[in-house]
Amino acid sequence: MSWGFLRDLLSGVNKYSTGIGRIWVAVVFIFRLLVYIAVAENIWKYELDEFECNVKQPGCENVCFDHFFPVSHIRLWALQLIMVSTPSLLVVFHVAYRENREKHHNRKLYRSLGEIDGGLLCTYLISLVLKTGFEIVFLFLFYKLYNGFKVPRLVKCDIRPCPNTVDCYISKPTEKMIFLYFLVATSGLCIVLNLSELSYLIFKYSIKCYLKSYVKKHQ
Amino acid sequence: MDWGALHTILGGVNKHSTSIGKIWLTVLFIFRIMILVVAAERVWGDEQDDFVCNTLQPGCKNVCYDHFFPISHIRLWALQLIFVSTPALLVAMHVAYRRHEKKRQFRKGDQKCEYKDIEEIRKQRFHIEGTLWWTYTSSIFFRLVFEAVFMYAFYFMYDGFRMPRLMKCNAWPCPNTVDCFVSRPTEKTVFTIFMIAVSSICILLNVAELCYLLTKFFLRRSKKAGNPKHHPNHENKEETKQNEMNELISDSCQNTVIGFSS
Repeated sequence: MSWGFLRDLLSGVNKYSTGIGRIWVAVVFIFRLLVYIAVAENIWKYELDEFECNVKQPGCENVCFDHFFPVSHIRLWALQLIMVSTPSLLVVFHVAYRENREKHHNRKLYRSLGEIDGGLLCTYLISLVLKTGFEIVFLFLFYKLYNGFKVPRLVKCDIRPCPNTVDCYISKPTEKMIFLYFLVATSGLCIVLNLSELSYLIFKYSIKCYLKSYVKKHQ
Repeated sequence: MDWGALHTILGGVNKHSTSIGKIWLTVLFIFRIMILVVAAERVWGDEQDDFVCNTLQPGCKNVCYDHFFPISHIRLWALQLIFVSTPALLVAMHVAYRRHEKKRQFRKGDQKCEYKDIEEIRKQRFHIEGTLWWTYTSSIFFRLVFEAVFMYAFYFMYDGFRMPRLMKCNAWPCPNTVDCFVSRPTEKTVFTIFMIAVSSICILLNVAELCYLLTKFFLRRSKKAGNPKHHPNHENKEETKQNEMNELISDSCQNTVIGFSS
C-alpha cells in the first residue's frame, strides 16, 4: 500500500473527467505527487537528527523540535495530497452505482454511464467544491502552524528541560522554504483549475437548461 | 509512484514523435533519469551528514551548509527532469483530444470518417501536421527554455560546475571564519559535469528537431504552392513506413498514457 494506490485511483477518475479535470490530474501527478516522492521526501528525511541545539542538556532538542514542529511540513503535505485526491472517489462511486442500477434493471437506463449530467453532475460539482475546500484548509493550516511559509534558520527555545533560552538550528531551511513555496504555487494552480472547471460546468449546464426550456416554450 | 510512472506517461507520447524526438526520449530516460536514480542519489545521499566543519560550535555546520547549498544539486536535477518532461504532455493531450473528436465523428456515423472501428482510431498514429505541428513545436520550444533556465540557475547558484573541497564560512553562529569540508567533491564534480554534458546533448537534439520541423514545414508549404496536384497518399505512405521503422528501432513502450488515450 503506497502512493501507487493513489495513482491508480486518480487514473480511474481521469476517465470520467472533463478536459480541465484531466489537466488537474496531470498537475497533481507530476507537479505534486512525483515532486513529493522523488524530491521533497528526502529533504525532510533526517530533520530531527539534523536539528541541533546549542546545549548539552538531554531532552532539550527533542522538546524544542516537538514545540516548533507539531506536525512536520512533509506529513502535512502528504495529508493534503490524500485529502485533495479523495473527493474524486465520489464520482467513481456514482458511476459504479449507475452501472449497478443498469445491471439490476437489466436494461439501459442512461445514455452513457460516464456522461456528466443529472445526478452525476451534482456529484461532480460537490467533489470540485470539496477539493477546493480541502486545498484552502490545508494552505491555511500551513500558514497558521508555521507563521507563514518561511522556514527560519534559527529558533530560540526555552521550554523545560532546556536550562535557559537556547539557540536551535534547523537543517536545510532555504531548501525547505523553496519547496514550501512550490507546494503553495501548485496548490494555488489546482484551486484555479478547480474553480474554472466549476464555472465551466455551471455555465454549460445553465445554457443547456435555458435552451431546453426555450425550445419547450416555443413548441 | 515514481519515475516509472513518468516513463509510462511519456511512453505513449513516443509514438507520435519524430525520430529525433524518440532519440531525445531515450537519452532522457537512460542517461539522465536512470543515472539520477541509480548513481547520483547515492553520491549525494549523505551530503549533510558528511559535511564537516572545523568547529565545535553547535549550529555552525547547519548554517554553513544552508548557506553554500540553498538547494541541493540532486533536487535541482530532479526538478529539471520533471519540468523538461512536462511539455511532452501537451502533445499527449492534443492527440487524446483528436482521438476523442474522431471517436465522436465515428459514433455519429459521419460519412467523412474513414475508420472501420473504434480500435483503429485508438491505435492510429497521427502525423505531425496542422495544429498538432504547432503543439509539438511549442512543446520543443518550452523544453529548450526549461533546459536553458535550469542550466543557468545551476551555473549562477554554484559559481560554475566544480564542487570545491573546502569552503570558508563565517555566518553566525560560527565564531570566526571556519573551514568546512564537502563530502566526495571529486565524485560530485564528475557527476555534475556528466549531467551538464547530457543536458547540452538534449538541448542540441531539441534544436535539431526544431530545425527539422521548420524545414519540413517550409518545404511542405513550397510544395503545395508549387504543385497543387501532388499526391498526399504517396507522401503519407512513405512517412508511415519511416515512422514504423523508427518505432521498431526505438524504445516504444506501452500504448496507453494514463487515461489519456482511453
